[in-house]
Amino acid sequence: MKVITRRARFLRNTGFYVAAFITLIFVATPILFALLGGFKDNQQLRENALGLPSPWNVANYTDVLASDSFWRQVFSSVFIALVTTFLVVGCSAMVAFVFARFAFRGREGLFTLFAAGMMFPFAVAVLPLFIILRTFELLNSPLGVILPQAAFGLPITIIILRTFFRSIPGEVEEAATIDGAGPWLFFTRILLPMARPVLATVSVLALVGSWNSFLLPLVVLQKPTWWTLPLGVTQFSGQYASDTAKVLAFVMLAMLPALLFYAFAERHLISGLTSGSTKG
Amino acid sequence: MSVKLSPPDSPVRRPALGAGSRPRRAGRPGPGVLASFIAPSLVLFLLFVILPVLFAAYVSFFRWNGLGGVPTDFVGLDNFRAMLGDEVFLGDLWRLGLIVVLSILVQLPLAFGLAMLLHQRFPGRTAFRLLFFVPYVLTEAVTAVLFRLVFSPRRGFADSIMANLGIDAQIGWLSDRDIVLFVIFGILTWKFFGFHMILFLAGRQNIPDELYEAAAIDGATGAQAFRSITLPLMGPTVRLIIFLSVIGTVQLFDLVYVLTGGGPFHASETLAITMYEQGFQRGQIGYASALSIAMFLVSLVFALFYQRLVLSRDLKGSLTTAGGNRS
Repeated sequence: MKVITRRARFLRNTGFYVAAFITLIFVATPILFALLGGFKDNQQLRENALGLPSPWNVANYTDVLASDSFWRQVFSSVFIALVTTFLVVGCSAMVAFVFARFAFRGREGLFTLFAAGMMFPFAVAVLPLFIILRTFELLNSPLGVILPQAAFGLPITIIILRTFFRSIPGEVEEAATIDGAGPWLFFTRILLPMARPVLATVSVLALVGSWNSFLLPLVVLQKPTWWTLPLGVTQFSGQYASDTAKVLAFVMLAMLPALLFYAFAERHLISGLTSGSTKG
Repeated sequence: MSVKLSPPDSPVRRPALGAGSRPRRAGRPGPGVLASFIAPSLVLFLLFVILPVLFAAYVSFFRWNGLGGVPTDFVGLDNFRAMLGDEVFLGDLWRLGLIVVLSILVQLPLAFGLAMLLHQRFPGRTAFRLLFFVPYVLTEAVTAVLFRLVFSPRRGFADSIMANLGIDAQIGWLSDRDIVLFVIFGILTWKFFGFHMILFLAGRQNIPDELYEAAAIDGATGAQAFRSITLPLMGPTVRLIIFLSVIGTVQLFDLVYVLTGGGPFHASETLAITMYEQGFQRGQIGYASALSIAMFLVSLVFALFYQRLVLSRDLKGSLTTAGGNRS
């Protein structure tokens, strides 16, 4: 009996590993193609598509890393993502605080209005947004990307934060009031510090959303000055269409920040991304 | 959401307190204070979410090239009528349905199986779980550039792999109208199965072990427990994932636009791409607005029906509602 169990376990584990490794090959192949392809030259890519680079050729990577445009795009992406996140989390926290802690006429209606924003796919608004931004002369400006992104991030952020703020016991607030704190002081000194984990979650959500965003920057940023990385990669791949190896190096470098972020903040990232979609 | 966590008792129900009463908790701030907390979000939201959506609805009744202030050439429902006779638009709907059906038949079972696999204890499962999620964290547009090179014509990477497997045909991965959509579906699976897997895993972890222990005591086999406990209790997660993937597919743009631009001959076009082409390439702002409204209606109608028919039974506090462990 025991022997059979051990053998069954061995078979079972072998089955697991076979399935897991097949999936791993499926997942890893395209990424390895980019990583290794970046170290080849174009002749190697044609003649030795599947093997390791020989010789290893770092010129593609160093060329991209030495180019101004790459770093400018990294900067734009980071800048736009950070300001978007700051704006959407800041605004949402304030309004979520009021929704969660005070009763006033029209509160539910207002909340429903914000929550209904979840129903609008971003693509529905992009065309009129373009016209509105053109009227405000916000085309080709980072604000033209930041403001709509932040606005479309509000619903989910408000919903998550409101739920959390409601869970903080009223006694905490009473104690603060007895000590003489008004709403603003209570909000900034007590509530926000208490909410750090959930603020991290919604920040990750906003950061990743902005980092990955493509349609809005594509429409708003027509001049290369403020191009973000996704725009830069697609443009670069068109410009160097015949230089596959260099495009692969660019693609790999453009994926690297997300991969590093994932490696270091994996728990926050997963919980943020999954709660973002299950909250709706 | 449905989770009700002891809301603070509302000041409204309290009797009005006169001057000199005991200090209350932050209580009832004046309208000015309230407004200052609400205003930033409200302005942002009205200006960049509500206004554009209303504007799109308005413009959809006009013929307009986007120039000269506001549209003036009112055409009633002509744009919507034109849409119903537009083969590209009808094709978009057909392709949307096809991708959704393929996702449910292929992608979901794959993600479900892997989640069940990674729920078991065996050395290295955490590493696998982390690695399988990697495609999901990559930017769609960047992924699309990568896959354009993987599937590049004339002895590209995919062709080389096929040749290595002994199939020496040059396949027009992205240029053959009959297969491009399936290639895109493959890429979508690559990109999203890890996310669905994580949701399934969370759903599976929310099923209490006691149920399985009780089943084992009653003499149930593993297969029986799977059929009578796991499958029914994973229902809410399945329904949630189907919901998310339909809503996501309706809006599909970045990946396909960068990969094929919707071609060849509209064979991979999506609603959002048709809207983008009409609006930004051809300057048919009125028609493109009608298309965005259609896109909105498709997700709205689906969401309402789905909520009503399918999701409603999950809102009765089932212990496995996905995300129910977070509050």
